[in-house]
Amino acid sequence: MPIKSYLAHPHEGKKNELINALSAIDQCEVMPADNKDLLILITETENKAEEAILKEKIETIDSLKLLAMVSGFNTPQNN
Amino acid sequence: MYTSLTNRRKFIKKMAMLSAMTAAATMFPGILFADEQEKGLPSGDIDWKKAPCRFCGVGCGVLVGTENGKAVAVKGDPKSPVNKGLCCVKGYHSIMAMYGKDRLTKPLVKKNGQYVETSMKEALDLIASKMKETIKDHGKDAVSIYGSGQWTIPDGYVASKLFKGCIGTNNVEANARLCMATAVTGFLTSFGLDEPMGCYEDIDHADVFVLWGNNMAEMHPVLFSRLLDQRLKRGVKIIDFATRTTRTSMASDKSILFLPQTDLAVGNAICYEIINNGWVNTSFVEKHCNFSKGLTNMGYGLEDNFKFKDKPEKIDFEAYKEFLKDYTPEKVEKISGVSAKDIKYMAAYYGNPNKKVMSFWCMGPNQHSRGTWMNNIIYNIHLLTGKISTPGNSPFSLTGQPSACGTVREVGTLTHKLPHGVVMNKKHREFAAKIWDVPVENISPKPTYHTVEMFRALDRGDIRFMWIQVTNPMVTIPKLKRYRDGAKKEGRFIVVSDIYPTPTTDIADVILPSAMWIEREGMYGNSERRTQYFEQMVQPPGEAISDTWQLIEVAKRMGFEKQFYYKEETHIEEIYTEYRRHHDNKKHNMAPLEVLKSQPGAMWPYVDGKPTKWRFNSKYDPACSNGEDFHFYGKPDGKAVIWQRPYEPAAEEPDNEYPYWLCTGRVVEHWHTGSMTRRIPVLHKAMPHAYVELHPEDAKRMQIKTGDNVKLTTRRGEIVLPASVNQRGVPAPMQVFVPFFDENMLINDITLDSFCPISKEPDYKKCSVKVEKA
Repeated sequence: MPIKSYLAHPHEGKKNELINALSAIDQCEVMPADNKDLLILITETENKAEEAILKEKIETIDSLKLLAMVSGFNTPQNN
Repeated sequence: MYTSLTNRRKFIKKMAMLSAMTAAATMFPGILFADEQEKGLPSGDIDWKKAPCRFCGVGCGVLVGTENGKAVAVKGDPKSPVNKGLCCVKGYHSIMAMYGKDRLTKPLVKKNGQYVETSMKEALDLIASKMKETIKDHGKDAVSIYGSGQWTIPDGYVASKLFKGCIGTNNVEANARLCMATAVTGFLTSFGLDEPMGCYEDIDHADVFVLWGNNMAEMHPVLFSRLLDQRLKRGVKIIDFATRTTRTSMASDKSILFLPQTDLAVGNAICYEIINNGWVNTSFVEKHCNFSKGLTNMGYGLEDNFKFKDKPEKIDFEAYKEFLKDYTPEKVEKISGVSAKDIKYMAAYYGNPNKKVMSFWCMGPNQHSRGTWMNNIIYNIHLLTGKISTPGNSPFSLTGQPSACGTVREVGTLTHKLPHGVVMNKKHREFAAKIWDVPVENISPKPTYHTVEMFRALDRGDIRFMWIQVTNPMVTIPKLKRYRDGAKKEGRFIVVSDIYPTPTTDIADVILPSAMWIEREGMYGNSERRTQYFEQMVQPPGEAISDTWQLIEVAKRMGFEKQFYYKEETHIEEIYTEYRRHHDNKKHNMAPLEVLKSQPGAMWPYVDGKPTKWRFNSKYDPACSNGEDFHFYGKPDGKAVIWQRPYEPAAEEPDNEYPYWLCTGRVVEHWHTGSMTRRIPVLHKAMPHAYVELHPEDAKRMQIKTGDNVKLTTRRGEIVLPASVNQRGVPAPMQVFVPFFDENMLINDITLDSFCPISKEPDYKKCSVKVEKA
């Protein structure tokens, strides 16, 4: 069950558009910076396959300029 | 302990978020995530009050939110001209440093090898009686106090008054000797007065910023964000001149690497170019500068009781010009590894009359065995071109601690200093004695021990009693093992005032719990001569009291009630009012307390209700009195000094047995020895332990990958650390870098205690080391 964090850089003037696009995806949690054109994106998916599909989907968003992964965690299904 | 999966996932999400916030903060210093900040806030009424940040010498203004007697939030103070509402990752988490689980709350006294809780009254009685006993048995120079640039102004003031004025020993030192002493001697030798002539507002005017061995992106992130902001707005240039590639290098327009110690040669080559190309501001130099040279081959202070006194000798411009012929860019290229082209590139910016240039430096030129010379050389560049004391033209020495300037340099908590002047000067002693209400004979005219020598004296037994406040020397002193062993010897009595257990409290006979930052009232003075006041906002835990009040209580017990007349409820105001009398002149007047209370600090000299932004410039500085545009009134003839200072090698350079350079330093997440920031979970998790950075080619040759254990061996000992290859910082080939924040990996066990013979500040940036895969 991967949890990953990214720094998402919007294209110029597209910060709000990117916030809206990412917020509309269930597996995404977004935290925009107040004073810079940068968002923190946390993704939470069930498995690696779903993670890969999600990443592909995110990368097609027009307002996204660059997505840089910061950390990745994989929690076990059972504990 | 069982943790539910849901909670664990929540926790991991939080960690992922915090990792990203930390990464963002290091890429974009000053970045704000208000939603996340506010999420953690409790509901209800939050009372916001201003304070300077607890951590570095930038002196950001913060607003601290308190609720139900607890500090619950921090935000940047938009009214502060320093940070204009921004904070760095440490600043945002600063209040969390007060709430670590292992806060010291009760005095502890060592009895039969065990620490036993006692009352504050008994602990203070014991300290006073031990001091008296030590003075009786071994003389007044057997007792000492070692403080820091984190001392508030009142802390340092009462320490100096008690030891220098009342007891009569100059055994007063502070850890700023390890970071800023060189800046002081640089200023004094070049200008006759300490501290920068300019201010942070210079950033808004300069066209070019040259960073001399200064990783600003990590060490002064808020100021660096102001540079980046100016680049966005005005297209300014940032040049990183360093021995290692860092986040600063990556964010700069140009990164130039030099071989350790050769900044001396490169600085001289820039001066050569300025003269050779006719870029000297001749009228400025003729009117306002003298030329001097000093002794060379000064030594490195490696032996006990090392003494050095420079013998300045006036020279003329032609002699200086002749001296610089050894430093043509082509010759220096061979010594420094910096191409002649890059040297000329830097010189051209300094030499261009249409470009305003700001030089920044901090530990690179200061923790340097020829640090005073390096400071002089940077000033030489600015003096030759007349780029000084005007908005945007500014050689600017940054500080690392919140009150290295305010307390150590201005109050004068160094062995040779008094609040106004030096102990060697009879008039200065008389002036201090009058204000302190002590016989002038009490103040000894002879400085005793600078920091390294003070710990050597403790080892030898010349010092028998040491009181350490708000600093952690058992992590920071170079060649640490000798001094740790020395402090543990029989017949030594050590008092440590701190807020958490540290390797330094481990050597204590008495541990006093201190009130921290906004748990008491005080003032700090930052890098731009700005004094900032903070009130007490919350109660300290348990029996903790301020370092100021600890000292006052002991002073009274020692019989100095007359000098320590202060009332508990008003003592900070009384002390500050008394302290201001030492600086009651146009060159250093401090703002009244009511002004400090009403605004985010004020710069000294504060004259006729106004701060002085640019000293020595008659347009801005009321102390100028020579009728000229500039007046360097720190020197008797009103002229600044351009110093002839050569390149000389470091005390220990790589050889066949120890073929690498070892450099040490800091990281953005942790503040110095990490005793506070390692107790802030976010920061600790972001940077949990120290490491050794290697150049990728060196790592490849030794088959070392990130995370592999690496053994570092110097002539002082060995240490094993995990490798860091191509991560945050990248050293040049045959060099390694280790941060010093980790008390579990004490890099200072293997560093060298060489120092600048003029400033006595150790060179933490250079010694030779053997590197092996462990």
